[in-house]
Amino acid sequence: MVETSIAFEMKAIVKRFPGVVANDRVDFSCQIGEVHALLGENGAGKSTLMNVLAGLYRPEAGEIYVGGKRVSFRSPQDAILNGIGMVHQHFMLVPQHSVAENMVLGLRKPRFFLDLTRVEEQVKALGEQYNLNVNPRAKIWELSVGEQQRVEVLKMLFRGTKVLILDEPTSVLTPQEVDSLFHTLRDMTKRGHTIIFISHKLDEVLAIADHVTVMRRGKVTAFGISSKGVTKPQLARLMVGREVLFQVEKKKCETGEIVLNIEKLRAENDRGLPALRDISLKLHAGEIVGIAGVAGNGQRELAEVLTGLRRSTGGTITLLDRKLDDNTRWQEVGQSMAHIPEDRGSVGSVPGLSIAENLILKNYFRPPISSGLSIDRMKVRQNATRLVDEYQIATPSIDVPVRMLSGGNLQKVILARETSGHPKLMIAVHPTRGLDVGATEAVHKILIKQCEGGAAILLISEDLDELCALSDRIAVIYEGKLVGEVLADSVDISRIGLMMAGVKADS
Amino acid sequence: MNSEALTTLALTILFGALVSGTPLLFATIGEIFSERSGVMNLGIEGMMLVGAMGGFATWYNTNSLFLGLIVGMLLGALLALLHAFITITLRADQVVSGLAVTFLGTGVSSILGQPYVGQRVPKPIKLPIPALEYIPAEQVIMVLIGVVFAILAWYYLHKTRPGLNLRSVGEYPSAADSLGINVIRTRFIYVLFGGMMSGLGGAAMSLITDPGWSDGKTSGLGWIAVGLVIFAIWDPLRGLWVSYLFGLLRRLPLDLQNPALPFISTANNPSIGRFMDMLPYLATILILILGSREAMRKRLGAPSALGVPYIRGERGL
Amino acid sequence: MKLPFSNLRVRIETRADNPGWIGLLSSILGVVLALFFGGLLLKVAGAGNPIATYREIFKEAFGMPADWLAGIKALTTGTSCPKGMLCFGPLSDTLVKTAPIMLTTLACIVAFRMKLWNIGADGQMFMGAWAATAVAIFLLPKDTNRVVMLSSMAIAGILAGGIYGFIPGFLKARLNINEIITTLMLNYVAYKWLEFFVVVGPWSLGDFESTGNFSKSATWPRLTEYVKSNPVFAGLTVHPGIFLGIGAAILLAWLLFRSRWGFQIRVIGDNPKAARYAGINLAKNIILVMVMSGALAGLAGMNEVAALRTLTGRFQRGYGFTGVIVAWLSRLNPFAAILVSFLFGGLVVGTKLIQPQGISSMLQGVIMFVVIGTELLFRYRVRFEKPEVILPVTGGVNEL
Repeated sequence: MVETSIAFEMKAIVKRFPGVVANDRVDFSCQIGEVHALLGENGAGKSTLMNVLAGLYRPEAGEIYVGGKRVSFRSPQDAILNGIGMVHQHFMLVPQHSVAENMVLGLRKPRFFLDLTRVEEQVKALGEQYNLNVNPRAKIWELSVGEQQRVEVLKMLFRGTKVLILDEPTSVLTPQEVDSLFHTLRDMTKRGHTIIFISHKLDEVLAIADHVTVMRRGKVTAFGISSKGVTKPQLARLMVGREVLFQVEKKKCETGEIVLNIEKLRAENDRGLPALRDISLKLHAGEIVGIAGVAGNGQRELAEVLTGLRRSTGGTITLLDRKLDDNTRWQEVGQSMAHIPEDRGSVGSVPGLSIAENLILKNYFRPPISSGLSIDRMKVRQNATRLVDEYQIATPSIDVPVRMLSGGNLQKVILARETSGHPKLMIAVHPTRGLDVGATEAVHKILIKQCEGGAAILLISEDLDELCALSDRIAVIYEGKLVGEVLADSVDISRIGLMMAGVKADS
Repeated sequence: MNSEALTTLALTILFGALVSGTPLLFATIGEIFSERSGVMNLGIEGMMLVGAMGGFATWYNTNSLFLGLIVGMLLGALLALLHAFITITLRADQVVSGLAVTFLGTGVSSILGQPYVGQRVPKPIKLPIPALEYIPAEQVIMVLIGVVFAILAWYYLHKTRPGLNLRSVGEYPSAADSLGINVIRTRFIYVLFGGMMSGLGGAAMSLITDPGWSDGKTSGLGWIAVGLVIFAIWDPLRGLWVSYLFGLLRRLPLDLQNPALPFISTANNPSIGRFMDMLPYLATILILILGSREAMRKRLGAPSALGVPYIRGERGL
Repeated sequence: MKLPFSNLRVRIETRADNPGWIGLLSSILGVVLALFFGGLLLKVAGAGNPIATYREIFKEAFGMPADWLAGIKALTTGTSCPKGMLCFGPLSDTLVKTAPIMLTTLACIVAFRMKLWNIGADGQMFMGAWAATAVAIFLLPKDTNRVVMLSSMAIAGILAGGIYGFIPGFLKARLNINEIITTLMLNYVAYKWLEFFVVVGPWSLGDFESTGNFSKSATWPRLTEYVKSNPVFAGLTVHPGIFLGIGAAILLAWLLFRSRWGFQIRVIGDNPKAARYAGINLAKNIILVMVMSGALAGLAGMNEVAALRTLTGRFQRGYGFTGVIVAWLSRLNPFAAILVSFLFGGLVVGTKLIQPQGISSMLQGVIMFVVIGTELLFRYRVRFEKPEVILPVTGGVNEL
């Protein structure tokens, strides 16, 4: 075997998913003992690339070399045998089992009899060696998230991995835990491990990485830049590019009174960590405010709090002149607020019921659809026929179950339902995700029409082009805070990119 | 009643409980394994019945108890194969499939068992120990096998790699899958195992504990096993105790029929018998209530993925 | 899933393009196949020629068309049936058995529509029977007006069944306890409860393990009581219970498809997340639906004691489980349930005299399996393909 200082090499990797090329002839490699950051925004392709390296995906084309030898991974186990392991954002730990049990899960040896005491000792020794201390007997559900991450790292070390890939590891950690993690990573490199650090946070990347590779839209825009000699704006530009955007000719709508007033809003995410920190925002009638940001910085929680699916832990929300809090009757509020949820099939619609029935989900209990105990079928059908026509939903009949509809048509059904009540406020979360060009255009037209009719729209999206095209102003959310606001007509993409990556507007 | 008679009675009751509880033990532990892999099997009653009938028929035609037990196991496994295919491969609803298995097993055993009703039964084998001659040897052996089985099952589950894999599949199948464990194959294996043990339990009933075949021989024991699995908190050793407890409860009203017993003779107080019968079921519900709080549930260990068909690529479970 | 000895993988994926009649077709296909397999089993069991057996079953359950014609003729001319009981006798018996099946089926339908697996309809039925008996024997004097008596018994049955359904409903709504186990366990408690009262306890008539006959006012009027108005009615035991069933079916259909509450139920059953988003209260509905389910089953219990004129230790178990199967076969549609219950009623009556006894049970099981199988066959498409990409284990912040 050739003595080499290169840990691994990926050459001309191509990975496709339906409708998108996630990795477009990507070259990537790392030196042994370095911390190499993989930077990029949503959809850049960095997680996909690492999933290929870790053996989860098989690339359509390209080669991987480890230690100079060509390898082909059929499963994550193959990658681990070659010394490459990945710690994902969703931990693959069985909560009811102990650390030691999780440590040995899936290993080939010992084949039958498990000597957990010995494993516990090994775990303890390994933990001390790498300063990743954790009680080997503790059950996973008893540990904090930071400790669980330590277990995942130990799991990889236990299996002898030399190349460790971490996918957005700091998104679940407290600042102290982040420091501790960086310490550990530095230590590991001294022992000859190679670390790949996937992130979108510029501050952290520059703090921990030796080299940075930036990806955008499936291609590498810069490879192996030394972290010493680069500035944040440079990185940001590499991340988001500086193309001319296609601008929809959007008439600026008449802005009116304040429709939504959010003051110092706070909320926690599912793990109990703060997801929204003192968010303040005002929306006027007739304006579209875009929220830009990498997924996971609080957008979902913001939408959920505003629509009553999540409790806030501080601050106030005022819709027109009504306070929204735990006592709110959300069914009533729903009459003046429209919500286009992120998850069409899950929260947004009832897949087994017909189009007609989905269309009355918000007003099935009110006249004219219903007066008293029963639902007027005629009115339901009339309503459905009218909306299908108005929104040009392509379907053979209004009785078709919505699970049979294409993504675009389903979104139109949801929009029809939500907007037919002439709402004053609309919260649209990733409304064109997964839709083709035609459907996207249709959705945009509907949103603009609502704005022209005097509604205030909060548009949460990962698509910067969409945000720039539709919004009057764009606010950027990062780690639960709104870190800056730009007016759409003077938009500077790289500034937004910087803010999305955590760099303060003035630094 | 003098103390010697009382002691004899007590011992008889105790042994009766062990004997009566062992077929239940087989079925319960078998189902524990099945549910630990994430598949609920409501067809235990059907599997026990075909095991009982098939086992008896085999003995009748071959005069071999051993062969009868083996055939019982095979028949149970066969029904389980049906259930496994429908719920694991085809991902159909586990409740409906299990009930269908019960109906099928009940019906088939009834039809095919017709010629064997009221026929001659295996004669008990005498123990070579004087003074204990009236205790059938095969019952003693069966009880011993039951105990050993429970202990081995516990050890397998908690101290071996296959046991660890099994538990992981039932708790968090996608994690197990990502670590290289074949979830589908694991589930198939343990559902078949559960069916096999249910069949064995049924055969044990018709050949050893209560020799003979009649329609509906197991009289609902399979349903009790479903509840016992929970009562046993999916642990084989606990399964041992609760099976014996149930064996005791089932026999007690009969054993206590002697009117000369002070206070508690069921002949004098038959109502007590009925209420005693209710206890295990009420207790199971009680256990469920206690275990309903999340923190407690994690400790009590209902397999988290129980009842959920596994589809690769789905987030969460 | 890998095929042995080959590199091909079998992938099973959902078809999206399913016309509505697939469900019906698979049910019919299922029954036909079940009869075929059942016939095979019968042959193996040495029970004689399957075709002849099936013919016997049909005859016992419904009678033969020739006899129906004769009966109709007799009906219109005011004479009695030339073959005695054979004209409408079997049909009458079948209708009698159909009523409790229909009611437990409806109980299961309403619960299953919300994905609440109530397999405790048996227990709820028993409690309803118990309560109706309490009214018939102890709470109301024996000579109470028939309408009053029967109505009170019905109300008692509904209440008792409803309360018994409330228990698992509450446990599920508040503590998220699996209703399969609770309803199953409660079945046994109900069996023992009844046994206590009737076999060894206060209601028992000693060795007979029964409460003794009810007064006339506490029993369903039977067609045969009106033999004076038409001699064809002689010996026919069919009673209004069947109308209870049909009425309940119509009510349930209206509820599910025309009422607001029914809409909520269907939304919850299909997608609880969307239901919550639409402001529908899940906990409240779980309890209400379980109560309603229990009430319907309790009514079945009342129907039975009013028909049997007594409550004994041999009160038939298993209607609750048959209800599960029939509900499923009817695709949870109340109108289909009327027809399927009738067929199952025929199955029960038709196989009563056939040896061996397990035929109806076995046929039910086979039908279930075959229908599951054919339905899934239509629902899924089987694809063969070379080993492809290992599907991603992703999720979270950055998808790509």
